[in-house]
Amino acid sequence: MTFTNTALTQDQMASQDSEVIIRVRDLVVGFGEKLVMNRLNLDVYRGEVLGFVGGSGQGKSVLTRAILGLVPIRAGAIEIFGQNRNALDPANRRALEQRWGVLFQNGALFSGLTVKQNIQMPMREMRHISQKLMDELAMLKIELVGLSLDAADKFPSELSGGMVKRAALARALALDPELLFLDEPTSGLDPIGAAEFDELISTLQHSLGLTVFMVTHDLDSLYSICDRVAALAEGKVIAQGPLKNLLESPHPWLKAYFHGVRGERLTSTFGDYRNN
Amino acid sequence: MSAESLQYPPEVLLAGVGRMSLSGDWTLAASRLLETNAQKIVEQGSHGTSLIIDLQAVSHLDTAGAWVINKAQRELTQARINVALERIRPEYEAMLREAAYRDFHPPQRNRSSLIFDLLVDLGASVVGAFHDFYRGVAFLGEFVSTLAYVAINPKHFRFTALVSHMESFGLRSAPIIILINILVGAIVAQQGIFQLERFGASSLAVDLIGILVLRELGVLLTSIMIAGRSGSAITAEIGSMKMREEIDALRVMGLSANEVLIAPRVLALVCSLPILTFIADMSALLGGMMVAWGYGDISPVAFLSLLKAAIAFRTFAVGLIKAPFMALVIGLIAAMDGLATEGSAESLGRQVTSSVVKSIFMVIVLDGLFAMFFAAINY
Repeated sequence: MTFTNTALTQDQMASQDSEVIIRVRDLVVGFGEKLVMNRLNLDVYRGEVLGFVGGSGQGKSVLTRAILGLVPIRAGAIEIFGQNRNALDPANRRALEQRWGVLFQNGALFSGLTVKQNIQMPMREMRHISQKLMDELAMLKIELVGLSLDAADKFPSELSGGMVKRAALARALALDPELLFLDEPTSGLDPIGAAEFDELISTLQHSLGLTVFMVTHDLDSLYSICDRVAALAEGKVIAQGPLKNLLESPHPWLKAYFHGVRGERLTSTFGDYRNN
Repeated sequence: MSAESLQYPPEVLLAGVGRMSLSGDWTLAASRLLETNAQKIVEQGSHGTSLIIDLQAVSHLDTAGAWVINKAQRELTQARINVALERIRPEYEAMLREAAYRDFHPPQRNRSSLIFDLLVDLGASVVGAFHDFYRGVAFLGEFVSTLAYVAINPKHFRFTALVSHMESFGLRSAPIIILINILVGAIVAQQGIFQLERFGASSLAVDLIGILVLRELGVLLTSIMIAGRSGSAITAEIGSMKMREEIDALRVMGLSANEVLIAPRVLALVCSLPILTFIADMSALLGGMMVAWGYGDISPVAFLSLLKAAIAFRTFAVGLIKAPFMALVIGLIAAMDGLATEGSAESLGRQVTSSVVKSIFMVIVLDGLFAMFFAAINY
């Protein structure tokens, strides 16, 4: 895999001094006979937004779920904040899990709770703070993600798709995580909503100092907010690095992805924008 | 991470007059400590006229920490004390700005008295009960018109679905129905023999078993079992289809949920329940016969001849006639409650509960009505 090697070395040179938040080494994940991940390597550095791309069914979600510990792994190591999740005792594992927030693709809000209660759920379970402070913090989170305050007492079934994403993001941010996982945050949003959401993630990332791991199909998101991009194909990360490097990569899948009809339209505008 | 295991708990240190310095992790992980320390800032700050808060030693700050610091600052400012934050690390400036204290005005809920609420609830449930009845009748009408439509256009009838539902509602219920009815038959026989023995009339226990089981118990137990087993399944299936917009998908394809989903299920129940009732009757009689033999010394041959003398065909028919009506009530209530499901998982749970409770209640009410009817026509 020459592509991987070049991408890795350039990448490592670029961010030599950053701390690695997620380190995946030789990960093997499979279901039955089929291997979804085959000796996969990936690094995510502190303070960056990593965009993660890959064809449908290539296992982007599986990798995310493996990192989160929702899918059993067959071999390899996943270190988050320098700790191997599977080797931790339950108390430390809980502590680790409170340092990340997850935005699921369809929000996964608890349908029987209001937006405010959804946001307070992790606070209530994991922290001992007064109801008043919880209320205030929940309202603060609601405002941070750009929801109107009267959404607080609504149930998830009463929200539009974009509001569900925002509410789910507010819940993911409830415990002020250092690491945020986003699974296709802009899918199902209109272009204006998607652009706003990108901007929101970028703002929050800067003001809260987050590290963001973002699975996405949205080329616009890749161009606008991702510091680095990793591409998944054939069970491996075929390239990771700044988007520029991936655009120049000769790998056939990357060429098809970025220089297909839709990709080309965007890359050309992106190129114009860069040249000006 | 609980407050006890926190490496650097948040701390407030007094550093001379009108000056304090904060240190440690001002994060949500500190839980209560965060609030008590913020309280400390306010208490100790309110002694002077101005206050400088030094933030240099703060090792971690998150939105919760920024919020309580901002809030303390605000409270002191309102008490006419000048508060300045000093030596803020650049990375925390944005945080303090984002989490600047502001008043949220949540929409006020109207508080009312307990009695008032109780009356409102009572009124709402009475109206709800009437509404339910009205909807039930309307739904029955819809169902009958769907049946009529299917009868005229037989190719719209979903025979495969009917058979598959009959398998899951009927065939797969048979073992548990056989089991409980053998047990109930045995218990009725044992009690009958035990109590009637004192009058020297233990052979009348056979009459008791025959009439009680065939007229009432067989069909009632089967209906209650099916309401719990299949009624709940129908509500849950249709309810989750409603939640996932599958019902709407059918509707926009020009298909009616009534025809595709509900008619086959209700018909399957209507066909299965008489068969199950027959099985239940036979099992209960078998259970009774075994106990009569073992406990009451009534041999099977004697049991059968006593039984033959005690019951007529209509005793058996009364039970069986009721079965399809019970099935109709169970099926319609289950389908109706399924369709009334809203978006949340909680609502689905509520609908399934209400479906089972309502259909068991209605089965018993219907049984009572049938008892009055059969008595009136002397059957």
